[in-house]
Amino acid sequence: MISLAGRDIMHAWGKFVFTGVGLGLLIGITLSMAGIYRGMVDDGKVLLDNSGADLWVVQKDTLGPYAESSSIYDDTWRSIRTMPGVARTANVTYLTMQVRQGERDVRAMVTGIMAGEPGAPGWPPYLVAGRQITRGHYEAVADLASGFKLGDRLQIRRNHYTVVGLTRRMVSSGGDPMIFIPLKDAQEAQFLKDNDAIRQQRRRTAENPAFNRPQVPDLLAAVIASQSTNPYVNAVLVRIDSGHAAEKVAESIRRWKRLTVYTRAQMEEILIGKLIATSARQIAMFLVILSIVSAAIVAFIIYTLTLGKIREIAVLKLIGTKNRTIVGLIMQQSIALGLIGFVVGKITATLLMAPIFPKYVLLEPMDSIIGFIAVVVICILASIIAIHAALKVDPAEAIGG
Amino acid sequence: MTGKGIRIEGLRKRYGSGDTAVEALKGVDMQVAPGEVIGLVGPSGSGKSTLLKCLGAVIEPSGGRMILGDEVIYDDGWKVTDLRALRRDKIGFIFQAPYLIPFLDVTDNVALLPMLAGIPNAEARSRAVELFTSLDVEHRAKAMPSQLSGGEQQRVAIARGLINRPPVILADEPTAPLDSARALAVIRILNDMARKYETAIIIVTHDEKIIPTFKRIYHIRDGVTYEEAGEGRGFE
Repeated sequence: MISLAGRDIMHAWGKFVFTGVGLGLLIGITLSMAGIYRGMVDDGKVLLDNSGADLWVVQKDTLGPYAESSSIYDDTWRSIRTMPGVARTANVTYLTMQVRQGERDVRAMVTGIMAGEPGAPGWPPYLVAGRQITRGHYEAVADLASGFKLGDRLQIRRNHYTVVGLTRRMVSSGGDPMIFIPLKDAQEAQFLKDNDAIRQQRRRTAENPAFNRPQVPDLLAAVIASQSTNPYVNAVLVRIDSGHAAEKVAESIRRWKRLTVYTRAQMEEILIGKLIATSARQIAMFLVILSIVSAAIVAFIIYTLTLGKIREIAVLKLIGTKNRTIVGLIMQQSIALGLIGFVVGKITATLLMAPIFPKYVLLEPMDSIIGFIAVVVICILASIIAIHAALKVDPAEAIGG
Repeated sequence: MTGKGIRIEGLRKRYGSGDTAVEALKGVDMQVAPGEVIGLVGPSGSGKSTLLKCLGAVIEPSGGRMILGDEVIYDDGWKVTDLRALRRDKIGFIFQAPYLIPFLDVTDNVALLPMLAGIPNAEARSRAVELFTSLDVEHRAKAMPSQLSGGEQQRVAIARGLINRPPVILADEPTAPLDSARALAVIRILNDMARKYETAIIIVTHDEKIIPTFKRIYHIRDGVTYEEAGEGRGFE
């Protein structure tokens, strides 16, 4: 038996291909949306992986440092370092801001890292060009996604930094590229105000009789000095010794330091379950809407194609064609349309959309398999209306009168 | 008359019920022998199409008897369970327009019927090509229907009606869209095929050009048929 669906498709291949391409673009967007969600999750995981930490010590009762602001004293790391099971500790600050370079600015997560050596918690684990930060001030390592190049001069607040190294896949959970600078500079950047604001603050402090007492001449100077420094960091990254359980070390820090401590699993839950949850729900809604639109398009096209063949279907039924052959004709066409659409969509998402999206798009093979199955199921369901119309065709319509 | 061909006795068809019921066929008798071509003539609304649909097992009569070949297919109820198979294997159809399947080439349009009956593709196509030779369209075997002239399309449609060697062919105004010369050519072909394949052919027509070609004509009016001897010119 010949394939009626195949012959019909070959007969009107242009119509099928163009419709399939249109559907494919829609499927490409759907796959890209799934890829964006996967990319967000992966960005979150990469952020945690690349921090090189097993525990995150943050301000008590906060979800910091990524999901909420967190401030702890910058000498806390010393006491944590002495606790059993702790191999290394490092202060870290995170500040999402616009970083200027010449006439342009880039939204980036400026990360302050302690002096140390490559491999220390918080440091970029690898570079694709240049070197790590070796000076205490005004050097930066930037993620490639920022678009900065070696030797570029960046402006963060009032200070200028030279890009000495480039890294990759170092982004915030929001997809912003990370720029690493020395911790002291980052603390200053978090705190530093413009000159007018500093002058204003000093004037107000000097006019406050509580701080400017004639009997205590050094008090005003001490208060102003304390207002000019930032002794806080956002978190202490902890790497634990091998052979120690992360949860036990975390519990010990919670108990003795009265700080909140998150393990890797807990931090992942915060990032994925809380920080990107709304975005994930939005993407899920888009996926549902796009799936419904795809189904409606396939249903409409197949229904229209079927209505255009009513006379032929009547003739086929009159000459003894079984219903299942006619059902097969319509369903195979619907699935063929879906397959063309899926192939076009997959190519579009992989080669066209993913590279140009500003966010990382991670197209996982399993998502493609699920997408493929979903397309086939949608096409089968979408063909039901057309099949219903075809089965209602009376073979008598082929006979006049 | 042999036991083949088609015979109908007292065939009735009623649409609706109660006061609104319409008696479209009021006891039609008809007999067509193998190899015979008869005309079925009548004005609009006379019951021609209803009779054709009953004969074609497309709608169920309300009563009467139909014998196709040696088999009683209707006797106050269908006596065959698979009407699709009956239509496919025992009844050939030729329509007012050729109604060829536009996405199949000429050979597959014709070979589709035996393929539907489970005959291997190669054998089905070989049968089709054999018929094309008789109908003088063998040179168009690989063409698509849209590439054929009206007359060629109608000859392919005749081949489709004949391919399963049915005992009866029902032709619904097969010459309506054709000019005189082509219409007469089609009727000549149908007569030749009827004789060659021992097929009974019933042609429903209004076409004054072809009515004189029939040896026997059934007139139908208000659901009743009247047999009349035709002139039967031209095809002996």
